[in-house]
Amino acid sequence: MTRDYRQYLRVEKLPHVWCPGCGHGIITHAIANALAELQLDPDTIAVLGGIGCSGRASFLFQTDAMHTTHGRAVAFATGLKLARPDLHVIVVMGDGDALGIGGNHFIHACRRNIDLTAVIYNNAIYGQTGGQLAPTTPTEKRSTTSPYGNVEHPFDIARLAMAAGATYVARTTSFDFPEIVRFVKRGIAHKGFSVIEVLTQCPTYYGRLNDLRDPSQMLYELKSQTVPLDEYHQMTPEERAGKIPIGEFLCEERAEFVESYYRLCQLGRSG
Amino acid sequence: MNNQELVQGNEACARGALYAGCRFFAGYPITPSSEIMEYLAREMPKVGGVCVQLEDEIASISAVIGASWGGVKAMTATSGPGFSLMQENIGYAAITETPCVIVDCQRWGPSTGQPTKAAQGDVMQARWGTHGDHPVIVLTASWVREVFEMTVLAFNLAEIYRVPVILLLDEVLAHLRENVTLPVAGELQVVERVEKTNGSMPSFGAGARLMVTGMAHDETGFPVQGEKAAQLLKRIVGKIEEHKERLVRYQGFYLDDADFLIVSYGITSRAVEAAVERLRAGGVPIGWLDLKILWPFPDKPIREIASHVKDILVPELNLGQLVREVERAAAGHAPVSHLGRVDGSLITPEEICRYVREKIARVCL
Ligand SMILES: Cc1ncc(C[n+]2csc(CCOP(=O)(O)OP(=O)(O)O)c2C)c(N)n1
Ligand code: SF4
Repeated sequence: MTRDYRQYLRVEKLPHVWCPGCGHGIITHAIANALAELQLDPDTIAVLGGIGCSGRASFLFQTDAMHTTHGRAVAFATGLKLARPDLHVIVVMGDGDALGIGGNHFIHACRRNIDLTAVIYNNAIYGQTGGQLAPTTPTEKRSTTSPYGNVEHPFDIARLAMAAGATYVARTTSFDFPEIVRFVKRGIAHKGFSVIEVLTQCPTYYGRLNDLRDPSQMLYELKSQTVPLDEYHQMTPEERAGKIPIGEFLCEERAEFVESYYRLCQLGRSG
Repeated sequence: MNNQELVQGNEACARGALYAGCRFFAGYPITPSSEIMEYLAREMPKVGGVCVQLEDEIASISAVIGASWGGVKAMTATSGPGFSLMQENIGYAAITETPCVIVDCQRWGPSTGQPTKAAQGDVMQARWGTHGDHPVIVLTASWVREVFEMTVLAFNLAEIYRVPVILLLDEVLAHLRENVTLPVAGELQVVERVEKTNGSMPSFGAGARLMVTGMAHDETGFPVQGEKAAQLLKRIVGKIEEHKERLVRYQGFYLDDADFLIVSYGITSRAVEAAVERLRAGGVPIGWLDLKILWPFPDKPIREIASHVKDILVPELNLGQLVREVERAAAGHAPVSHLGRVDGSLITPEEICRYVREKIARVCL
């Protein structure tokens, strides 16, 4: 028996605030599905969001929810999880939120391996503020603050998370709804810091500024740019050019922060 | 007395926090506040609480707010530079009505300044550091035992008014060791989280499906605009403004027959106390107002006293901060002058006596 995903959403708050064709709704819906399939009690879940179009997802969950400040959702979640280890804490963030202003909190959460599930809505641009450059904007792509093309190199969020010490890392796209559900489920079930990066479309800014106005065209673009991990491993360096590997990159066991804290303090107290 | 002990200001703060029921601390090392975190790192686990060092001060205040919504009394401690980094989220705590305590052990600044020297330069930052109109309570202390008491009061006021409460200490008081008898269990009042007493403000995990946001919101926690946003702001600022008379806390000395008034706070009050005793012994009609809560500001008592004294002096370790408030409150009834010191040393009783005697000689000419 699985629950109805609508039990996890504040359906009375719909319609949401996102533009027509935005990928953020797909990801949010997929998270609700994951919660339903895991049959979690909504009262044991907390959803924390940062600031950005993506952070607005925090308003849609029929759970305890906190819409925090720009870039800091992971740090708020760290305090909440330490205070309430019994809660499933899910953090929804944009790419700018998580890796630009919030990059420091993000890498330290990876390093600590704190039991949070971070879902990063990566649209490669700052949507909320009107299409400015993000630390994930591909080189030479346009934004309102890189009108002649981005001169910088983008972060590879999944690789960064692995290098920093996250213990569950997966990447997919808004094209593949069932895969988002699967990865989010795995992330929530995993004990440790889980990062699920979802490449998604912002037709309003990224699309318009980069000659890709049609959301369905953007979805196909995401599909054609990405390659499942096992296939990617078979490819030559030439074939890999311009391709982004997707799939489950890492799922490993390592001591989790909150549990370790309480365990060591117990030892300290009794010893 | 046999229960006297030698206690450092920072330790008194940490012990006051535990006494008040604080069970979460997150911080980032900075002189002269680090001993608070070091003490709590050792002692917090013994009472089942959490004390963690995080990646910076922004993370620390964020985690404090997160923990507070988890139903736990929470605190962080820092100094001027870290306090600046916390400001955005102090505003978030104000608009989300999150009870929390922020300790700022002031040091000479701006920037790295003189990290091991005392100052009272964050007075305005404490009141106005975060953006927008906001409610905040700012406390201070002058003695080690008072650090303990004010820390407990900070937690109590944070719970009663659901606001961030700031405790302003300074380098000298933070590091000073005094022989004190600290309060025993039951001696001071401790205000519990409302949730525990009447359930009207639940925490996360209580089944209330709360929505907490820094956006303008209504009582359900969901965004609003226009008149409803104005109502929210007026209500949260009003929580403090409307209870001002109840909140203000000061001690007056020799006010009845005073011709001259000194208004002081924090570490500087110790020198003022000595100076006032000497001046009184020498027959000088001096009075003293020792402020314990800087905000809300005690407008009314200052205005009343200003109307029957000839002159007001405000000594402080800055180039003129609280003196502006005193001047505003005195509203022209008495001239207000400032004795500032910013070389990193404390104002001495001698300096104050000299200043007052010279002033009197001039005023009485
Ligand atoms: C401290 C601070 N700086 C800047 C902003 C303005 N701001 C709001 S959202 C945003 C970027 C959001 O981009 P992203 O995280 O990628 O999310 P998206 O809107 O694309 O979903 C910025 C810069 C802010 N709210 N707070
Ligand atoms: S601006 Fe972009 S990211 Fe924001 S809602 Fe619109 S399409 Fe989505």
